[in-house]
Amino acid sequence: MAAGAAPDRFDFVRASKDAALAAIIAAGLSFPILALRAEPDIDNRLTLQGRWSWLFIAALIVFVGRFLLAIFDIRPRRKPATDEALPASAYRAARLIGPAGLALLFVFPLAVFAALGPQGSLKWIDNYGIQILIYVMLGWGLNIVVGLAGLLDLGYVAFYAVGAYSYALLSTTFGLSFWICLPLAGILAAFWGILLGFPVLRLRGDYLAIVTMAFGEIIRIVLVNWSVVTNGDAGISGIPRASFFGLPFTAGPNGFAATFGLKFSPIHRVIFLYYLILCLALLTNFVTVRLRRLPIGRAWEALREDEIACRSLGLDTVKLKLAAFALGAMFGGFAGAFFAVRQGFVSPSSFTFIESATILAIVVLGGRGSQLGVALAAAVIIGGSEILRELDFLKQIFGEDFDPTQYRMLIVGIAMVMMMNWRPRGLVATRAPTIALGERHAIAGALVKEVHG
Amino acid sequence: MHRDPLLTIEHLTMRFGGLTAVDDVSFEVRRGDITALIGPNGAGKTTVFNCITGFYRPSAGRLVLSSGGFDANAIIALTNSGRRYSKHQGLFLLERMPDQEIAREARVARTFQNIRLFTGMTVLENLMVGEHNPLMRASGYSVFGLFGLPAYRRREAQALDHARAWLDRIGLTARADDPAGALPYGAQRRLEIARAMMSDPTLLCLDEPAAGLNPRESAELNELLRTILDEQGTSILLIEHDMSVVMQISDHVIVLDYGEKIADGRPDEIRNDARVIAAYLGVEDEGEVEEIEAALGAGQGR
Repeated sequence: MAAGAAPDRFDFVRASKDAALAAIIAAGLSFPILALRAEPDIDNRLTLQGRWSWLFIAALIVFVGRFLLAIFDIRPRRKPATDEALPASAYRAARLIGPAGLALLFVFPLAVFAALGPQGSLKWIDNYGIQILIYVMLGWGLNIVVGLAGLLDLGYVAFYAVGAYSYALLSTTFGLSFWICLPLAGILAAFWGILLGFPVLRLRGDYLAIVTMAFGEIIRIVLVNWSVVTNGDAGISGIPRASFFGLPFTAGPNGFAATFGLKFSPIHRVIFLYYLILCLALLTNFVTVRLRRLPIGRAWEALREDEIACRSLGLDTVKLKLAAFALGAMFGGFAGAFFAVRQGFVSPSSFTFIESATILAIVVLGGRGSQLGVALAAAVIIGGSEILRELDFLKQIFGEDFDPTQYRMLIVGIAMVMMMNWRPRGLVATRAPTIALGERHAIAGALVKEVHG
Repeated sequence: MHRDPLLTIEHLTMRFGGLTAVDDVSFEVRRGDITALIGPNGAGKTTVFNCITGFYRPSAGRLVLSSGGFDANAIIALTNSGRRYSKHQGLFLLERMPDQEIAREARVARTFQNIRLFTGMTVLENLMVGEHNPLMRASGYSVFGLFGLPAYRRREAQALDHARAWLDRIGLTARADDPAGALPYGAQRRLEIARAMMSDPTLLCLDEPAAGLNPRESAELNELLRTILDEQGTSILLIEHDMSVVMQISDHVIVLDYGEKIADGRPDEIRNDARVIAAYLGVEDEGEVEEIEAALGAGQGR
């Protein structure tokens, strides 16, 4: 609706009707949650009790909120998509974010260690640093499939699982070291990527999404039920930890700390793991950035833009799709092997559908195809949902019974809805050309095709 | 002057369920010619195109591309051998080959009625994708390219020069780094042709290249097609409704109506063919026939 068409006078009747409707809908939706409460009685039978005041308060809040929205007219307005192209200067400035972020990532664990000591820094390096970097790597891996080739993959966690179980099984059964298992895990995951690729070559959009989702579930259910090999739901424990080029991170005389004359601390291993996943993620990024500028990368993007045109130009779409699946899966496999060596324990419960959804959300939120956007989105989603664990101050407002961590996912969800409203094409909505005669200009997201649908 | 046939279409038939879209059509596209395929809406022109470029598999018929010179015995031998093509003889049985293979091996390039550019990629990137296959080989299927070996970099620079030459020809050098989707319509048409030409095809198939162009752009297109023929030696097969384009530039015209070929000859022969005139008008009225004849004549005079 154009702003000029809005009446000068505030339309009270219309606003009240609108607010009343919103309140009725809210009451209807929240009725079973708010108004009904199941309480055990003396005989321990559940009885339903009404909490009508709660329902009334909720409806009232919605009514007032909706009414205020109408008064101040602050509904989100969609800007024309062409506004999204950044000016050239902003684009140049954006190029500095990468190197600056990289420097920050390398200094981060040492700075935190220096500031907070071995005990205080553990949480920051492990829960934030390593956790975020795993998802950055997974996001970058999936970005090859979803962002570049435009193939919607909802079962990416399957390759993460293949990588994790590859390392877990190879190391516990054959005693192979992490450095041998890492490439093997990648190769096995890539193999499964190709195996998934074959049946879905002819599928696009929604159908592709459904089949890949099923594939992810198949892998997980096989891991649950093939207990002879995978030990079922109990998972595989006692997975050997990574060593620093043969030096284990133990307190013994041959350990890492003793060799370098340091006082033993578990933080050494965590810092080592941090740099390990940082290097793996950077490898993913390096390969993706290089491939994007090669014929294969341009062909992937062309495939996302128009598959029929690709075929008319003689591009082998079958091989291109399989290559995208295999490469994306390989990096998922690397990340999986890292996950196993970090946890020392894997079980199918780590590889549920929600993981695939999270990784896809990272790619979509970051801006399909944008390496920087995906990294930022991983930091926002994973880091944000970790930070929400620290909402203890809310207890002072809502009382001691209030458990803020329970609202974590609700807040993450609301934040994502708002983000997608604000930037429907993700944080970095523009596309950088892979080759240019003159200066490279970013391409507005509106022109770039999205996932096949 | 008799030129040898580059593409020989024999008894091409295409059925969709009970509907016969193309019925026993035979014609030749001669080397070095611009051949036009015309006909009223729904005559089966695009279906013929899709059969030639492998987007449809014909129900019956043989489509031979003889880029290495026409040799009837070799064609029979290849047909009986059961193979799809013989690269060293330059013989390709298009009805047996899938679309990507026709583009890659037989080097038949095409454009589309509704323009199919990679809209989110720049003009230059579109052209570079056109030369994908040689570049892919030069990059060692991405392995050499990943390590930035000089052999690949040289090949890429060569492709870039090739792209520059085409940008110059279609007048889009200044817009090389703009997204293809942001170009005006006429420029998009030219870019699609240039992208198809980046693969150095032996036969270029254009599906209504002049659709939606204004008279000036139409004239530029004629010039571009002539350049392609004279400088690149690429033969051209085009579907067109714009009679000014058809009559002015084509050496040979084939007319389809209701899936059947009703005429085949030089533009001046076609112009006076009673069946063609009837097919276009759908009536036998003398007055209207004269009208269309006048229009066709005017088209040629321009």
